[in-house]
Amino acid sequence: MAVGIEKPSVGLSRVAISETHGENGIEKPSVGLSRVAISETHGENSPYFAGWKAYDENPYDEIMNPSGVIQMGLAENQVSFDLIEEYLRQLPETSFGGDHVSNFRENALFQDYHGLPSFRKALATFMEQIREGKAKFDPARVVLTAGATAANELLTFILADPGDALLIPTPYYPGFDRDLRWRTGVEIVPIHCNSSNNFQVTRQALEEAYNSAKAMNVRVRGVLITNPSNPLGATVQRQVLEDILDFVTKKNIHLVSDEIYSGSTFSSSDFVSVAEILEARDYKEAERVHIVYSLSKDLGLPGFRVGTIYSYNDKVVTTARRMSSFSLVSSQTQQLLATMLSDKKFTENYVRTNRERLRKRYDMIIEGLKKAGIQCLKGKAGLFCWMNLGPFMDKPTKESELALWSLIVHEAKLNISPGCSCHCSEPGWFRVCFANMSEQTLEVALKRIHDFVNKQR
Amino acid sequence: MANLSKLAVNDGHGENSPYFDGWKAYDANPYHPINNPNGVIQMGLAENQLSYDLIEEWILKNPKASICTNEGISSFKDIAIFQDYHGLPEFRHAIAKFMGQVRGNRVTFDPNRIVMGGGATGASEMLMFCLADPGDAFLVPSPCYPAFDRDLRWRTRMQLIPVPCSSSNNFQLEKEALEEAYEKAQQANIKVKGLILANPSNPLGTLMDKDTLTTLVNFINEKNIHLVCDEIYSATVFRSPKFVSIAEVINDPNVVCNKDLIHILYSLSKDMGLPGFRVGILYSYNDLVVACARKMSSFGLVSSQTQHLLALMLSDEKFVARFLEENAKRLAKRHKLFTEGLEEVGISCLRSNAGLFVWMDLRGLLREPTLEGEMKIWRIIIHDVKLNVSPGSSFHCSEPGWFRVCFANMDDHTMEVALQRIRSLVDQKKESSVKSEIPVVKDNKKSQKSLHLSFTARRFNENVIMSPRVMSPHSPLPHSPTVGAST
Repeated sequence: MAVGIEKPSVGLSRVAISETHGENGIEKPSVGLSRVAISETHGENSPYFAGWKAYDENPYDEIMNPSGVIQMGLAENQVSFDLIEEYLRQLPETSFGGDHVSNFRENALFQDYHGLPSFRKALATFMEQIREGKAKFDPARVVLTAGATAANELLTFILADPGDALLIPTPYYPGFDRDLRWRTGVEIVPIHCNSSNNFQVTRQALEEAYNSAKAMNVRVRGVLITNPSNPLGATVQRQVLEDILDFVTKKNIHLVSDEIYSGSTFSSSDFVSVAEILEARDYKEAERVHIVYSLSKDLGLPGFRVGTIYSYNDKVVTTARRMSSFSLVSSQTQQLLATMLSDKKFTENYVRTNRERLRKRYDMIIEGLKKAGIQCLKGKAGLFCWMNLGPFMDKPTKESELALWSLIVHEAKLNISPGCSCHCSEPGWFRVCFANMSEQTLEVALKRIHDFVNKQR
Repeated sequence: MANLSKLAVNDGHGENSPYFDGWKAYDANPYHPINNPNGVIQMGLAENQLSYDLIEEWILKNPKASICTNEGISSFKDIAIFQDYHGLPEFRHAIAKFMGQVRGNRVTFDPNRIVMGGGATGASEMLMFCLADPGDAFLVPSPCYPAFDRDLRWRTRMQLIPVPCSSSNNFQLEKEALEEAYEKAQQANIKVKGLILANPSNPLGTLMDKDTLTTLVNFINEKNIHLVCDEIYSATVFRSPKFVSIAEVINDPNVVCNKDLIHILYSLSKDMGLPGFRVGILYSYNDLVVACARKMSSFGLVSSQTQHLLALMLSDEKFVARFLEENAKRLAKRHKLFTEGLEEVGISCLRSNAGLFVWMDLRGLLREPTLEGEMKIWRIIIHDVKLNVSPGSSFHCSEPGWFRVCFANMDDHTMEVALQRIRSLVDQKKESSVKSEIPVVKDNKKSQKSLHLSFTARRFNENVIMSPRVMSPHSPLPHSPTVGAST
């Protein structure tokens, strides 16, 4: 997720930036800004940003600062850049798309919200490749947005009115609090999941969430899942997907499936996309399903701001396209990626190799944690693992979890993400990223965990 | 089937207005000098296509600016990972420097106040989210940029209150009109949060002088409301008087102003002709707004690949100086050619010295001085004269008969063809008119008929012609087919 560390401004009163208090009260903004501006729904004042600050102030560097804080809270994929760089190096100059001058003006002028046809097509094909052809994607349904951040917010604007709610399984990506709620005025109602069944969504949990929204007089407009899951690093089982689809159909609501990590599964057979289920059902009730994707994780290109909404609903496609005007993808970037993703040889090799490397990293961290006596949720995807430190906590409470976390950040000097920041209802779990560093750094991190755990005993 | 939100089903996207007939007509029949010389010429798109060669030349000389070339690929990884919403520091510095240079270095900009947005479209919406709650209002002088309706209101749910300007004083904004609009809003219990305007103006192409800007500053300070200046055309000023930015006004020690109320919107889409790159900028003098907008910019960051390219390009002072000078020269030349061509046939335009368009006065050609009269002549221009120009009503102009005509989005030859067609329209009107001078006499159906016959054999179709793909004017295939996206 796009992050910047906001250093608290000197001399601004708490009142000026405080959260609203009380049932009815919106503190009248003293400086004449909107409620949205004054609210804290951007999420950056939550305690878990302390970890970011600790890293920011003392970042680890193999040579320059070997005792600094190691960043393990950032879900980035840095293991496969060499493949992209190699590809770019062997490209003849003429095919650098928008960067090549003869194509320049045409590309610089292109602001059509339909997006570059060649890019849409390449993206649709890439999505098919990731799913090994088990589902088809029509380029005409691909809507481009500046990152999945924009895609998720945009869909929320389209599917829900202010005050409505989306149901989201916990634990979930902390950025959703901002992306789905901040400017939209839409609420998130959690679907509670726990370790008793590996945090999979159950029919009962779905019903409970729906009913709790109803009890609060809040209208539910949809369910939003992330598959593979962040922060669990696990894929959603086929049966669970079927259950969720049946549920949203019964309630006549929408389903958004954020499949941003679909290319980061360690083995392609582990992942079932909702697209496959729909195809198997002959696209019955498909109009209520929308898929979000991005190149930030699978290709490791978060800076390029490439996100997409793939909707089976014509009206949603049309509206999303119009709304994407607020967050289009740079034409220069579209051109570059159209070229890259149209190269089947490159994409096949990349997807396969990337998977292998991620699996290798995953195995390495699981092994290392095991040696330290730490268990993780069995994962099959993603750039992180879901680590259980419950046994190391005196009490199974959020406070204990945060206390332990603070120790890890400040003593072990590792910035990992506490489960409470992901709204996990079971204290003691932590998300640990492993793909945003070198293998050497990962070794150092594992040693620190080992030492830290020994100290605690 | 599950319903969509109110936003999704309302007309806030703005694409259902009759204004888009022109786009559809162009889309269905686009001009091409060889393949379709009788097609519709696009004059409704404010693009700057006059100075690409300068940029292309720079790119060829600076392969390092691209992360895909051999010279630049070593930067690839760092750039590709970079998603910090502060933006690349070198990008912010380059933008600040560029903005200063555009203003003749009469004022400097602090890179730390530069916030990115998804194009000016995204940046302006983002700013409104920071300043206005649903139901709040902003005053906006009219005629104004049509897409403000969508950009500022659609998802923010705020309102826009037009402050009409009239030709009686060359459409200058009057303090009385502002006060009146403000008072009316107060009486209707509408909370006015600010005033937004484009300077240089779209569609007028005129500048506000320092006195006017100072008056506005006094006004908003007195009412304690925000002032948003969209300076997206600041480098399209091609003749004196010089552009005066709001930044200069509040920098003046004699001007008393609460700087927390001042915000500037900018983009590279017009000045540099790079709309595809989606470079929107918010520059705010209000720390809270900068802090809030920065977080919000996550929804519309500029691609790091693009930030990297522009950081290098815009920090090249020599290139920038040459670009600004040459670009202004070419705009001046094109503007002169077009306005003189119009003068020759008795059509005048509002006197302007900026922008990529002219504000053309066709009041004399209206059969009746009403919106319907304007629409009628406009449909003739589109379907018979085959020029897509923009009717004043789409800019919320309160006076019928004005049209915005863009002149910088085509080559010289196409410009000449357009002028030729305009000459023909007026000549025909002259010939068929009972009186010797324009305007055409009311109820002279004969003249109307002969106008039709002289241009086309087919009957003019009042109904909207839907092209197979419905295209939006905000993101069409806008330019001449020679530059159309072929991939």
